[in-house]
Amino acid sequence: MAIEVQGLQHWFGSGTNRRQVLQGIECRVAAGEVVLLTGPSGCGKTTFLTLVGALRQVQQGSVHVLGQQLHGAQRGARQQLRRSIGMIFQGHNLLRCLTAEQNVQMGSDLLPGLSYRARRDQAREWLRAVGLGDHLGHLPHDLSGGQKQRVAIARALAAKPQLLLADEPTAALDSQSGREVVDLLKDLARQQGCGVLMVTHDPRILDIADRLLQMEDGHLFAKPL
Amino acid sequence: MSPLQPLLRVLRSLWGGRGIPLAWLLLTRQPVRLAVALAGISFAGILMFMQLGFRDGLFDASVTIHRLFDTDLVLISPRSSSSVSMAGFPRRRLVQAMADPQVAGITPVHWNLLLWRNPKNLSTRSILALGFEPTDPLFTDPSLASKATVLNQRGRVLFDQQSRAEFGPVAEWFKAGRTVESEISGMRVRVAGLVSLGTSFGADGNLLTSSETFLGLMPNTPPGSIEVGLIRLKPGSDPAAVISRLKTSLPDDVTVLTKQGFIDFEQNYWRTSTSIGFIFTLGAGMGFVVGCVIVYQVLYSDVSDHLPEYATLMAMGYPLLTLLGVVAREGLLLAAFGYLPAYAAGQGLYALVRGATQLPVAMDTTRAVTVFTMILLMCMGSASLAMRRLADADPAEIF
Repeated sequence: MAIEVQGLQHWFGSGTNRRQVLQGIECRVAAGEVVLLTGPSGCGKTTFLTLVGALRQVQQGSVHVLGQQLHGAQRGARQQLRRSIGMIFQGHNLLRCLTAEQNVQMGSDLLPGLSYRARRDQAREWLRAVGLGDHLGHLPHDLSGGQKQRVAIARALAAKPQLLLADEPTAALDSQSGREVVDLLKDLARQQGCGVLMVTHDPRILDIADRLLQMEDGHLFAKPL
Repeated sequence: MSPLQPLLRVLRSLWGGRGIPLAWLLLTRQPVRLAVALAGISFAGILMFMQLGFRDGLFDASVTIHRLFDTDLVLISPRSSSSVSMAGFPRRRLVQAMADPQVAGITPVHWNLLLWRNPKNLSTRSILALGFEPTDPLFTDPSLASKATVLNQRGRVLFDQQSRAEFGPVAEWFKAGRTVESEISGMRVRVAGLVSLGTSFGADGNLLTSSETFLGLMPNTPPGSIEVGLIRLKPGSDPAAVISRLKTSLPDDVTVLTKQGFIDFEQNYWRTSTSIGFIFTLGAGMGFVVGCVIVYQVLYSDVSDHLPEYATLMAMGYPLLTLLGVVAREGLLLAAFGYLPAYAAGQGLYALVRGATQLPVAMDTTRAVTVFTMILLMCMGSASLAMRRLADADPAEIF
């Protein structure tokens, strides 16, 4: 089981401004499963993603990610766990001063025990896999939005994650490149046997999901395909 | 198996274990910011080089003449405070010192600043005049002995050709074969030769003359009074023992110093009794502060601009320590690359100062290391302050 969440509650603010954003979430994502999460903005999707991604301290409830309990986990333990979680952001968040190849290598550099040459070759391999074999030396500045998002996918996968979290990866893309990006994401995740939890508003890509989840006002529901 | 092989294996694994040179790329892919930072650091470095160079040059220059004396021990009056205010003491004391079995020879020296009239535009200026018996050894430079014979004639002087130009074109005229005559303290003297000594902060020029001529220029000198007594010891004798014997045998109207002690006495005056040392050290400190501000500004805005990227790296699982290392390495690179132009410019400016002022300002290893240490401190201090900005990189905020 990649993700196992029970009774997760989360609040923002303190005192009278304290506001509950997650109201008892139950959720499971199996390894190799592709799960899409939809819902109106402000309903807590991103908060849920950051909690599962070990980016935020769990306040109440149980969150098991890749077999590790995140409730009460120390900063160092969460940072270590994040190495096994690939993340793809709405903005691509590539490092502006690095070429496409170097950006991807920042992902493969997290793998222990590989020589520089091996990690570089892996980075090139991943860029070829996302169809950017001709753009190894380009800076993010010189790439289109779809290309940048594909570099970001290559970077996330280069660290050989067991779980992939994506937050609206197609939001900044036109429909054709958005389609290409999610298809690629799904295929590569399948090959790696890694679970995918993707937040999206994009109705055109719902068909790639094994399962759909809907979030409303901090509650999570299963939704028919 | 060659002993080099394990070393090679270690090097290869280090090389293979390297990652993307993030600090280097962050700096070099923003050439304008890098240029600003390097200009700032170099400027600070040049400022420090100049100020410290002037300071050390001053202390060095204050003893240009002191270093030249052919002597082991020196007698001066305890009332003397520096080369610009030497007091007299009885010449008898020097003769008494001859009684010590280890003393090989003595040279009484008259020492005073006198007014020299520029033979071209007739303005006057203070020049350091030394009077001695032309047959006595004075300087370690052996060529002086033959030149000194011309001083046997009354009213003749040897002029230091390194004296500042304000004393007139004496050396040029003399070399061109002209008879150069001028006035000192209202008395006519003739330049009978040139020597090469060097200027100092206390004296813009020097001249040598015989004791007889010197006393003629200074008619109010009490008879038998000198300002400096040189004492040469026999080979293999112990200067410390001689000093302690002289200290007990001579009355306390003289001070006995080694040659190094005489040099220290002069430098100590400039160091402690004037504000010069403080001023130049303060100037160097200002350079340091200016450099700190510039490097801090550059690194801080660099970290701020890349905050989302740093947060992304943290989200990917890079520890905070790695990111702090990136900023520290940026500081190191800036220090190294900012220092090189400062060093080169320092060399050039020192040559310029030497040419313009005849001051012995040169790059020495101690100062080169000092300035590099200051620049390193500046960059690493600023980097560690800029690192505090990294604490604001919250990976939870980037989704």
